[in-house]
Amino acid sequence: MESAGRSKVASSDLTRRELLAVAAVTGGALVGGDFMPGATPPANAQGTAAVSTVLDVILRVNGTEHRLALDSRTTLLDALREHLHLTGSKKGCGLGQCGACTVLMDGKRVKSCLSLAALVEGREITTMEGLAQGDELHPLQAAFIDRDAFQCGYCTPGQIMAGVACIAEGHAGSPEQIREWMSGNLCRCGAYDHIVATIQDAAQGAGSVRGG
Amino acid sequence: MHSFALERPRDLNAALALRAQAGRNDAPAEYIAGGTDMVQLLQEHVRRPERLVSLAGLLDNRIELGPQGLRIGAAATMADVAAHPVVTERFPVISEALLNSASPRVRNQATMGGNLLQRTRCPYFRDVGYSACNKRVPGSGCSAIGGENRWHAVLGTSENCIAAHASDLAVALVALDAAVELRSENRQRTVPLTNLYHLPDATPHIETVLEQGEVITAITVSSNPAARRSHYLKVRDRASFEFAVVSTAVALEMDWPRIRQAHIALGGVGTKPWRAPRVEAALAGANFEPAALRAAAAFAAEGAQGRGSNDFKIELMQRAIVRAVETAGART
Repeated sequence: MESAGRSKVASSDLTRRELLAVAAVTGGALVGGDFMPGATPPANAQGTAAVSTVLDVILRVNGTEHRLALDSRTTLLDALREHLHLTGSKKGCGLGQCGACTVLMDGKRVKSCLSLAALVEGREITTMEGLAQGDELHPLQAAFIDRDAFQCGYCTPGQIMAGVACIAEGHAGSPEQIREWMSGNLCRCGAYDHIVATIQDAAQGAGSVRGG
Repeated sequence: MHSFALERPRDLNAALALRAQAGRNDAPAEYIAGGTDMVQLLQEHVRRPERLVSLAGLLDNRIELGPQGLRIGAAATMADVAAHPVVTERFPVISEALLNSASPRVRNQATMGGNLLQRTRCPYFRDVGYSACNKRVPGSGCSAIGGENRWHAVLGTSENCIAAHASDLAVALVALDAAVELRSENRQRTVPLTNLYHLPDATPHIETVLEQGEVITAITVSSNPAARRSHYLKVRDRASFEFAVVSTAVALEMDWPRIRQAHIALGGVGTKPWRAPRVEAALAGANFEPAALRAAAAFAAEGAQGRGSNDFKIELMQRAIVRAVETAGART
C-alpha cells in the first residue's frame, strides 16, 4: 500500500475537487458552445441534475497499490496525473487520437485517456515513471537520448511506452513495420525518422524488452 | 463529460438486470465495455447517459474453434483475435480487417462486441456544435446531406441519414455470414450479424435490434472453405490509423480457373456493413479474368446514390472489389 497522504482523499478535499471538476466540465462545454454556431450548451441540454458519483478505486501502478476516491468520470490518465501526480503520461488530445498518454496495462500498451479509472481495477499499470530501475534508464529511454529522437519532448513518454511494447511484441523488425505498429503516436515536431531509427536500434540491443 | 453514475456489477446477470441500452443516444443508461469509443463520445458530450453499466470482466473472452466453426467471446480484444493462429490461418479476412483498424493501443483495449457497436464517424454526429443530426437528436435533421459528405454512405441511405457504418470487423464478419449471440435477463437468441443492424430509414437513432438490457455475448462464424482464401482491402486517406473511404471483404472458393463461390461485403459505403449478393451471384462460376471480375463488380453500384462529395465511391468500390478478388484468388 502507498503512503497515507494519498491513500484516502479527505472529504473536504474531495468536495473541493468535485466542485472544481464540475466547474471545469461546465465551463469547457460553454466555451465550446460559444465557438460553434447552433450548439446547445451540452451540460444543460437535457435538463438533468448533476449526478456525479464518487467511487472507491484501487489502482495498481508501477507495482504500488493506490486507494483513491474518484469521480466516475475520471479517466485513467487523469487519475495518474491529477491524483497520483505521475505526470510522465501526457495529455495531448484526451480523445485517443495522439498517443501521448500511452501506458502499459498488464504489459500491453493502451491509451490511458480512453479508460475510465474505475474500470481498470486489478490491472497492472506501468507508466513512464515505472520504466527506469533506480537511476538506470530503460534501454529505450537511453536510446531516445542517444539518437536525439525528440524535439519538444511532449510526445516522448507515449512514444517510449509504445516503443517498449512494439519491441516486446516483435513488431520492430524493419522501418516499415515500426512505422505501421507505431502509428497512433503522433509527433508534431516531426521527429519520426529518429524515433523509427531509435526503436530499430533498441530492438537489436539486449534487455530492450524489459518492462514490456 | 456529463455527470453519470457508474455501475460496476458483480456478474453478468447483475449487469443485465440493470437494463441498460446499447447504442442509443436517448437511453438513460448505457453499457460500457472496452470504452474506447464510449469515452471519446462522453468527452465530446455526444453521449450523455445518466448511468453507465460496466461489462468489464463480465463477458467471455475466449477464442475457440469447434465443430461448428469459430466462436469468439464478446470481450476478446481486437488485438487477441487478430493475432490468434486459428483466425490468421482459417479466417484471414477477420485478422486483416482488425489489423487495419484503429491502432495497436486501441486494439489492446477495444472488445469485439464493442467494435460491432461503435458509433458512426460522421463528423456531424460526433460534434455537438452542429444542431442537426437525426442520429444524435431524433428529428433534428441531417447536416451531411448538402454538407461535407465525402466520408458518407452511398448505399442504404435515407433522406434522414447518410452516415457510414465505421467497423471494418463487421464488414469481414458479414461477408462470412457471422452471427452474434445476444443475451438479456430472460432470453438468449442468435441473430445473423447483418440483421443486427437497422437501416436508418426514418429512425437513424435506432441502429441495432438490441433491446433494453440486451448485450452481445459472442460472435460465431461457421467453417467455410472460402474463409481460408479471404482478404480485406481498405482504401483510406493515409496508410494507417484511419477509417475506410472504401473497403471490401472477399472470400473465395476456387475451382481454377473458375470461381466456385464468392463472398463479398463492402465498408465505408453503406449505412450498415454491406453485403453484395448480386456481385457474388455474378462471380459464382465466372472465369478468373479481369473483364469478368469487372462486370461482376459493377453490380455493387445498383441502388447506390451519391450526394456530391462522395460520388467517387461508387466507382472506387467496384475497383476495390476487383483488386481484392484478384488478391484473394491468387492465394494458395
